[in-house]
Amino acid sequence: MQATQTNESARGDGAMADRKPLLLAEGVRREAGGRVIVREASFSLAAGEVVAITGPSGAGKSSLLRLLNRLDAPSAGRVLLAGTDTGALDVHELRWRVGMVMQQANLFPGTVAQNVSYGPGLRGVVLNADEVEELLRTVGLAGYARRDVAALSGGEAQRVSLARTLANRPQVLLLDEPTSALDEAAKRVVEEALRAAMAQVAGACLIVTHDEAQAGRLAQRTLLMQGGSLGDPHV
Amino acid sequence: MFEQWVHSQVALGLGQAAVVCALALAVAWLGHLRKLQLGRETAVALLRGLLQMLAIGLVLVWLLKGAALWSVPALAAMCAAAAWMAHRKVHSVPHAYWLCLRAIGTGSAVVIVAMVLAHVIPYKATALVPLGSMIIANSMNTCSQVLERYSSDLKLNAGRVEAALALGASASQAALPYAKNSTTAALIPSLNSLRSLGIVWIPGFAAGMLLSGSDPVYTAIYQFIVIAMIYAASGLTALVAAAGYEGAAFKEERLVAQP
Repeated sequence: MQATQTNESARGDGAMADRKPLLLAEGVRREAGGRVIVREASFSLAAGEVVAITGPSGAGKSSLLRLLNRLDAPSAGRVLLAGTDTGALDVHELRWRVGMVMQQANLFPGTVAQNVSYGPGLRGVVLNADEVEELLRTVGLAGYARRDVAALSGGEAQRVSLARTLANRPQVLLLDEPTSALDEAAKRVVEEALRAAMAQVAGACLIVTHDEAQAGRLAQRTLLMQGGSLGDPHV
Repeated sequence: MFEQWVHSQVALGLGQAAVVCALALAVAWLGHLRKLQLGRETAVALLRGLLQMLAIGLVLVWLLKGAALWSVPALAAMCAAAAWMAHRKVHSVPHAYWLCLRAIGTGSAVVIVAMVLAHVIPYKATALVPLGSMIIANSMNTCSQVLERYSSDLKLNAGRVEAALALGASASQAALPYAKNSTTAALIPSLNSLRSLGIVWIPGFAAGMLLSGSDPVYTAIYQFIVIAMIYAASGLTALVAAAGYEGAAFKEERLVAQP
């Protein structure tokens, strides 16, 4: 089973894979409830690279992503961020540096601005109105700062979720099926926002999607995951 | 009317209990007519309640005549039983019983000991047991409510909690809205008791004090003291229960509970 494919149409070039990895997973394994969910997954992400993981539902794609920012603990293996074992990093610092956008927007009750400011606020950093507006402009929601999140559409909510993650200025952006809960029209708009967001992230992006066409549109490389395994451990 | 035929106080009590049981069973029968099927449950609950209170009455006869020190194991046993009843709400949580025992025990013990040391509760079994049991019973209800609400809120909002964690929040920060909601909601009955004291209700405890010849003004003040003690114990129980549940639901800043 092969895992890697280069997407010629996507941005960037193949040389990126030769750079020193920003994120490196080595033999990462996850077991839960007596079942192996992720089997010794190994891959790397270079700075400036956008990589997609595709595969059928239940393949373990989202589970793998959750191991990278320690939302779940790996049963074995390790993840290195810029050469440092993430297990040795303060978990809060790790999550500021490795941001994650989930399948559902999961916005907090309140305004768009309150949501966008949440992450920096945890570190005592207060975003001013211009900074919030700039983040919202990146995701195509300029002028939305004072809106109540309860009044947003699914696509808008997902873009706020993206802006909220970008507010932490992550080195690595993890995207877990960010458009799977959206209709076709909203999906295209969110994809545009994702492209803009990816251009802003100084490091690398890893997107999990079951939509191979989307992977081709957004990523430079695609990894295939099936039955908890990533085929080629030396990507 | 029973006094005319019955001279023993125990026999009198049993006769009165029979009347009230008949009334409760009549209500259950009405429920049965409306297909609510309350009959069996009501009968079992009534019988159980009567037997439990008879047993407690016998224990109290011995306890209230004994040394105040015997109140300590009696209250500890009440805490243990209260924790057993409360823990069933969150039995899926590891060590739920100890979590409840810690919350109820801390809330009740701190208030009871402080009030005994301050001579607000007299150090004698006749005061310690009834007042202590009131405090423990209310702490038990608070503990149940906190755990039930907290666990269901975390379950319903697991996505938001994980979103907060993924943004770098600590477990306490991510769970704060739900901890706040559960503790506030659980303390509403105690707060309402304080607010409505003397206006909407006069606690049954007052009747006993008045019957035993206490000054009515002192009796009124003491009712306030009792309700305030219950509120303090419930508040402490709520805080310890919420902190304990948070400790069980999160591990190394990961949401691990499947309530």
